[in-house]
Amino acid sequence: MHKSIERAAMRTLTALLLALVVAFAAAPSAFAEEGGGYPDANINVHDQGSLQRGARLFMNYCVGCHSLKYLRYSQLASGLGLTEKQVMDNLNFTGAKFGEPIVTAMPEAGAEKWFGKVPPDLSLEVSAKGADWVSAYLKAFYLDPATGSGWNNTVFPNVAMPFPLWQLQGEQVAVMNPAEDGNPATVKELELAHPGSMTPAQYDQAVRDLTAFLAWVSAPDELVRSHIGAWVVLYLVLFTLFALVLKKEYWKDVH
Amino acid sequence: MNAFTQWFLDRAPALDVVYKKHMTEYYAPKNFNVMYYFGSLALLVLVNQIVTGIFLTMFYTPTAAGAFDSVQYIMRDVHWGWLVRYMHVTGASMFFIVIYLHMFRGLMYGSYKKPRELVWLLGMLIFLALMAEAFMGYVLPWGNMSFWGAKVIITLFSAVPVIGEQLVNWIMGSFVPSDPTLNRFFALHVVALPLVLLLLVVLHLGALHEVGSNNPDGVEIKKHKGPNGHPLDGIPFHPYYTLKDLAGVGVFLVICAIIIFFEPTVGGFFLEHDNSIPANDLVTPATIKPVWYFSPFYAILRMIPSKGWGVIALALSIIVLFLVPWLDRGKVKSIRYRGLGYKIALTIFAIVFVLLAAIGADLTPGWIVSIFGPNADITTIENLFGRTLVILYFGFFVFLWAYTFFGWEKTKPVPERVTTHA
Repeated sequence: MHKSIERAAMRTLTALLLALVVAFAAAPSAFAEEGGGYPDANINVHDQGSLQRGARLFMNYCVGCHSLKYLRYSQLASGLGLTEKQVMDNLNFTGAKFGEPIVTAMPEAGAEKWFGKVPPDLSLEVSAKGADWVSAYLKAFYLDPATGSGWNNTVFPNVAMPFPLWQLQGEQVAVMNPAEDGNPATVKELELAHPGSMTPAQYDQAVRDLTAFLAWVSAPDELVRSHIGAWVVLYLVLFTLFALVLKKEYWKDVH
Repeated sequence: MNAFTQWFLDRAPALDVVYKKHMTEYYAPKNFNVMYYFGSLALLVLVNQIVTGIFLTMFYTPTAAGAFDSVQYIMRDVHWGWLVRYMHVTGASMFFIVIYLHMFRGLMYGSYKKPRELVWLLGMLIFLALMAEAFMGYVLPWGNMSFWGAKVIITLFSAVPVIGEQLVNWIMGSFVPSDPTLNRFFALHVVALPLVLLLLVVLHLGALHEVGSNNPDGVEIKKHKGPNGHPLDGIPFHPYYTLKDLAGVGVFLVICAIIIFFEPTVGGFFLEHDNSIPANDLVTPATIKPVWYFSPFYAILRMIPSKGWGVIALALSIIVLFLVPWLDRGKVKSIRYRGLGYKIALTIFAIVFVLLAAIGADLTPGWIVSIFGPNADITTIENLFGRTLVILYFGFFVFLWAYTFFGWEKTKPVPERVTTHA
């Protein structure tokens, strides 16, 4: 009798704990600066081609202002399956040595003067804000004559950064909701006013590649981890089975 | 016995006495269930934290200018550094999961009752030391949440009357968390508190082995001894429980390995996103909150409208746990034979603890919006919900005392011998 109550209580508790784990997992995880509510970035860091294309985009459009100071060119090569020559010929435009970190050539003092703030290092951007945020941000630039750079962003309003990929995506403009009751007008949606060199589908893929690359830079250990993790778990499962058999053998005489 | 062992025993016979007392001739009840794995698992995690911590110390730089960079250096340049750090980070969170379950086991089976009050008190001191150890360790990576978390928690001491402000500056060694704060936290985290923890663990086990382990039936196995003087319901800890615990260790390590290799941040709960941004005293994170394992207690602080009373409630919520052996006047130990009131109260208490954790981890605004719609008054609903939980948290202890003091509890007969095994 008492045991069935205890078992029922244990089962209720286990169910509650499981429900809570699910609730925790489903909760929009609190990324720095409001991460929730962005469309799925749909990236795959195990797609080496995607990472390589992302690296090329980064080195052509981003590294002029942003560093990846926690990543070395040599790690770029080993992580993305490239040779030293490929990296140094195609992805290194600053004259840095192969073993040196990826640091922008832009001087900090100048950056401060030109943009009002030093462009942040992006080594840990995806860890801090999430891939979904980065992807949404790269699609949310629009023309806005009211800002200093002429660009604004719906994901990061009044961002100091001008839009470096405008030749690829084209120029978006904002369709506004009318201002009402003293509240300023808000952005309703973005519209592609002048197409760029890429179709919208191609641009989506480019953003996926760039976001995947930055996700890999945030945690390059992920590729190594997932590679050996399955073997570690398999070993531990076998270990546990042997331990159980051994325990059963020793406990035979306990009645 | 081989020649080597004999050589040793001839020179240090006392070692054999200690080994026998705590391993081969320590008789533990044979009816331990799944709740009895967490003691040995806590010891395993402690060893993991010390060993991985030693390696992290070799590469970590305890300065405000160098700490954040050195953590990334460990993650990216030090061979297997990422594995050692993830083991340490995952270990910290698993430590609290294991300890909370270990404490809950104590409440289920009355392991704090006479003659084990001292075991419980020493365990509570371990919990206290562990919280200090975890808090200081959390500050060391010097991410933005480390910094603001440290600032908020240390500033709690300003609630102390008269000397509050000076106390805060004394703890920080400065007016904001900075180099001196990081240096002293490093010293305390890697030297002082681990020593305190190890000493307390030795005392906790020593006190336990003096009186013997409790069990799911809450009966004293020493009451019935065989002709050889050993408890009839007891079996030697080694090899029986060492092997049983080894299987438990296997299951535990499988769970840890899945976390470490496949989801080491656990969705921002074990490793917070805001800590990927270096400490910055000019930029506050959107919400400042402690790591998940402090969140039940943090919720109690947050739900009390006045800072002074909030801090007092926070302190009381932990102090009251020390007093459990004296609040509970019931003679029956195990939940199996206790009154229905205790069963219900303990279940509610466990649920309340978990829900308080959800509030402290700032999950409730999302829940409230999904239940009451986007226009819900989040603050009002959260306060109502949270304050009810705080009352229920303390209510458990009031109930426990009244229920047993006034003799309202209707217990069942406790068997003479243990009822289950293996």
